[in-house]
Amino acid sequence: MAERTLRVLVGKPGLDGHDRGAKIIARAFRDAGFEVIYTGLHQTPEQIVSAAIQEDVDCVGLSILSGAHNTLLPKVCQLLKEKNADDIGVFGGGVIPEDDIPGLKGAGLKEVFTPGTSTEDIVKWVRENIRPRA
Amino acid sequence: MPLAEKILAGDIRAAARLMRDIDDGFESAHDELKSLYPHAGKAYLIGITGPPGAGKSTLVDQITAEYRKRGKRVGIVAIDPTSPFTGGAILGDRIRMNRHADDEGVFIRSLATRGYLGGISRSTGDVALVMDAMGMDVVIIETVGVGQDEVDIVRMAHTTAVVMVPGLGDDIQAIKAGILEIGDVFVVNKADRPDADRTARELGAMLDMNVRKDGDWQPKVLKTEASRGTGIDLLVDEFESHRSYLFGSGAIDRFMAEKCARIFMEILKERLFAEVMMPLRADGRFDCFVDDLVGRRTDPYTLVDTVLAERAAIREE
Repeated sequence: MAERTLRVLVGKPGLDGHDRGAKIIARAFRDAGFEVIYTGLHQTPEQIVSAAIQEDVDCVGLSILSGAHNTLLPKVCQLLKEKNADDIGVFGGGVIPEDDIPGLKGAGLKEVFTPGTSTEDIVKWVRENIRPRA
Repeated sequence: MPLAEKILAGDIRAAARLMRDIDDGFESAHDELKSLYPHAGKAYLIGITGPPGAGKSTLVDQITAEYRKRGKRVGIVAIDPTSPFTGGAILGDRIRMNRHADDEGVFIRSLATRGYLGGISRSTGDVALVMDAMGMDVVIIETVGVGQDEVDIVRMAHTTAVVMVPGLGDDIQAIKAGILEIGDVFVVNKADRPDADRTARELGAMLDMNVRKDGDWQPKVLKTEASRGTGIDLLVDEFESHRSYLFGSGAIDRFMAEKCARIFMEILKERLFAEVMMPLRADGRFDCFVDDLVGRRTDPYTLVDTVLAERAAIREE
């Protein structure tokens, strides 16, 4: 049987204009041998979810620095569920206070990475926690 | 329920999944494609090619918007390169076109070349076929940024647009042997730049030198500013003119005959190769062959003769 290549969507939901972090993560995933679909800045949760479904990705990584994480990240999880696509795992990263993390995980995020996390750790987490869907 | 049935019933996830199976080389995808094949053949395929940074993705975004305005459903296959070192890829064409993501009349799929040369991926034709069977009226295929010789797209798409930008200057001389032969339409994008008129003139002059019989298609050079949407309606009109020419002149028959022949030969080549290669890998003989070649104890022609002779003997038994 042929082998699957892991596909990851890297998205920037909402209104923040800084995607250096997202690009660094995308590059690290590329170097790890994943196919990375980067959707660019200013995406609505609806656009991100449609893209994730059309691209048949195994997981979605959301980078957010605007402070709207408590609204936008759960919204992505909720939309995936509505479209019967919550087998696509969601993780997030950015300027996110520790206090908000339990709530985000409760809303369906598999992991939240805060500033200072190395790209190696994130790649390692993806390898250990995300399997290409059979 | 098989994926093909779900796709024909409008299941987007099933379509996305089959595209993945095609890309990952799953054999199960062949049966699904067999079921879809009779439902395909209606979509119009447009290829967009040109050097990196010419604005292909932005142009695809605008062409899509124009076709949507005209009430057409649009599929997009956007191809970016795979890293030859890690096998990974950054597929970034969507950045320019993701505003269409939540439009139900548009389906966008990003593909990595996965080592395939020629400007597209091995899976591109079959992914376009799935979009065709999904009922897309137009399927736009955006190649990787190309240089001189990645011209596979012209054998796949009904209409191929070559996108150039001003400022290539003398480089035009260097590329004329490859890319200037494959365009049905030439686009000078970023036409707000000062050299745009000169680039368009030079392209036009080069095209005028091509020998054409009466009634042959004469490619035009059009100017666009994709980022502002300027010139897009005329470009789409030109695609439609080329479509009318293909079907009106009968040129479509030759195009389809060549395309079908090529697809058959490619599948045959791939399947025969796999059939011969698999047992050689499985019993380790392939590794021995390589060792012998490296040690120069034999030559590759003799080895291939041996393998083919063995197969012939097995068949005769």
